[in-house]
Amino acid sequence: MNAVDKMPRAQTRLRLLSGNHACALGAVAAGCRFFAGYPITPSSEVAERLSRLLPEVDGVFVQMEDEIASIAAVIGASMGGVKALTATSGPGFSLKQENIGYAAGAEIPCVIVNVMRGGPSTGMPTRPAQGDIMQSRWGSHGDYPIIVLAPASVREIYTETLRAFDLAETCRTPVVLLYDQVIAQLTETVELADHHGAGHAERKWASGPSASYQPYATGEDGIPAMSRPGAGYRVHTTGLNHAENGFPTQNPEAVARNLGRLLTKFDRHRAAIDSWETLACEDAEVIAVAIGISARAATRAIDIARANGVRLGLFRPITLWPFPEQALRETTKKARAVLVPEMNAGQLSLEVERILGGKRVDAIHRYNGEPITPEEIAQRAASLAKEGRSK
Amino acid sequence: MTMMVDSAAEFDVRDYLRKEMMPHFLCPGCGHGIALRALLWAIHELGIDKDKLAVVSGIGCAGRLSAYIDANTFHVTHGRPLAYATGLALARPDLHVVVITGDGDCLAIGGNHLIHACRRNLKLTCLMLNNEVYGMTGGQVSPTTSETRLTSTTPLGNAEPHFDACALAAAAGASFVGREGTRHVPRLKELIRAGLAHPGFAFVEVLSDCTEIFGRKNELGSSPEMIMRQKSDLRPSAYRDTVDTPFRANTLPTGVLTKTERAEYGAAYRKAAAAQRAGKAAKVGAATRNREKA
Repeated sequence: MNAVDKMPRAQTRLRLLSGNHACALGAVAAGCRFFAGYPITPSSEVAERLSRLLPEVDGVFVQMEDEIASIAAVIGASMGGVKALTATSGPGFSLKQENIGYAAGAEIPCVIVNVMRGGPSTGMPTRPAQGDIMQSRWGSHGDYPIIVLAPASVREIYTETLRAFDLAETCRTPVVLLYDQVIAQLTETVELADHHGAGHAERKWASGPSASYQPYATGEDGIPAMSRPGAGYRVHTTGLNHAENGFPTQNPEAVARNLGRLLTKFDRHRAAIDSWETLACEDAEVIAVAIGISARAATRAIDIARANGVRLGLFRPITLWPFPEQALRETTKKARAVLVPEMNAGQLSLEVERILGGKRVDAIHRYNGEPITPEEIAQRAASLAKEGRSK
Repeated sequence: MTMMVDSAAEFDVRDYLRKEMMPHFLCPGCGHGIALRALLWAIHELGIDKDKLAVVSGIGCAGRLSAYIDANTFHVTHGRPLAYATGLALARPDLHVVVITGDGDCLAIGGNHLIHACRRNLKLTCLMLNNEVYGMTGGQVSPTTSETRLTSTTPLGNAEPHFDACALAAAAGASFVGREGTRHVPRLKELIRAGLAHPGFAFVEVLSDCTEIFGRKNELGSSPEMIMRQKSDLRPSAYRDTVDTPFRANTLPTGVLTKTERAEYGAAYRKAAAAQRAGKAAKVGAATRNREKA
């Protein structure tokens, strides 16, 4: 028994949890009352936990016939006004993409967990990767907005699950919780008590006379009020391009107006959406930009590098999409170089290069199922620092 | 003398349609409008509250019908209306959830959802409008296109055997299966009404006609002629010269084909969950068994 186990339960909310277990607890705490999923490694524990937790809170768990049915059922439940979640991994995430686009276009709140494993195709089901960074943003066809959160610890999976539901509801959008296999199945001590106030945002519900209700008309905040089936509004929801009244339209002006509003609807909510963490960036000559397990390695690398006289810092986007670009620009302004360690063949580095323009951006790309080590990051940071000093 | 209520006189289809969506986009002679009328008539007779009615439809000509209904309507992705409806009905058991789908939507791209919806037996009514063709995309072969038929992708005649959707649904465990043509609206209304009233998953196949594309391509004549061929399936003596196909054979059974009593999934799940909350160790399976014993 360790110290945590010996503590009386009444005095503490400390729990020893895996990332996937924390996600399930966070979902219930956020008010999620519907889960539909399909078994897939390494995300299945989210489903297994929720199959036990949801009946206890009058929620519904259902294992569907396939990945597509799972996301479809989740969107269907949310259309009914119930907060809903699905969890999957790479191959399943690919299968869900068309319906994620539907949720984005029809503005149906929902949360999708994607535990990243090796790819492409079946890849390496039990090995970590970070190969879905671009897919999580661009995976469905056409232009659409989406929010992607990238927690890097068990504790953060819990808090970001709460935030995922809050953002899904308040911004009427699908939100992807993107974490890698290591974080998903890593077991860490988490204190749940101090996060409880966070998650309970509700979507804006239609009120007032049904005759004048326009399901996709918005006010200042750019987010339309949703009508709850049974409340007397009797509206139409479609994946076709639609006008403010919810009915399909091909009128170029109506499409440009409504799609334009959709594509910019996060703009006035960036204060709530954007989230990032900086570590030792104030005097840093090299700043690592990383998520998930690679960010954990980079955190350790800071100590190693600094012990060797290399001033390394870390910029960690917690909200991955929309990318906190302003914060990245400001944080890295004085740094000589930026280093992107990531478990793929080059995805986050593309976005960082785009945002930082002519700045020196180097990357460590790893796609063999082995996490990038702190030593490797520290070593590369040392080379970049040397390169910078010699200029 | 029995008092007969003339429900047809009370039923005004306009009470159930969105007038702002008229005129509709269906082709002249299309059977889908007749099927829609029969559905709305059945809804009227059962007194289902429009506010509590949710209609989920997929993609295709049949999928477009939901937009015309004055209810909570959801036009979702191709092949997935049953999966969306499963989530909606499980989350909101107070709603009456109806799915409108076509033969391609339901049996090809959505075939997996159909067989599992049949097996699961959640309270849903699935109306599959079978016109033997993908009409919306220009008349390609579908899983129910009869053998030898010409379509835009079977220029040599269809060589694939077609699905018998009702046999498929029954084999997958559907507790209510029925078939009727658009030729007989009151009979179709009665069948849909029975499906809507069924306390579980109800699969209703509606034989509809695509006159403009499928009919023209196969020289099946005008809309009345095509409808009469449906009729000839039941009364072959009247139209011996009909184009004989296995699917439209005169032995094609119609009406209620399967009806069994089985635990409704949503209720069984909620019962087990309530028992768990009450501190009893019950699982869905146990609840289902108890229900069957009772």
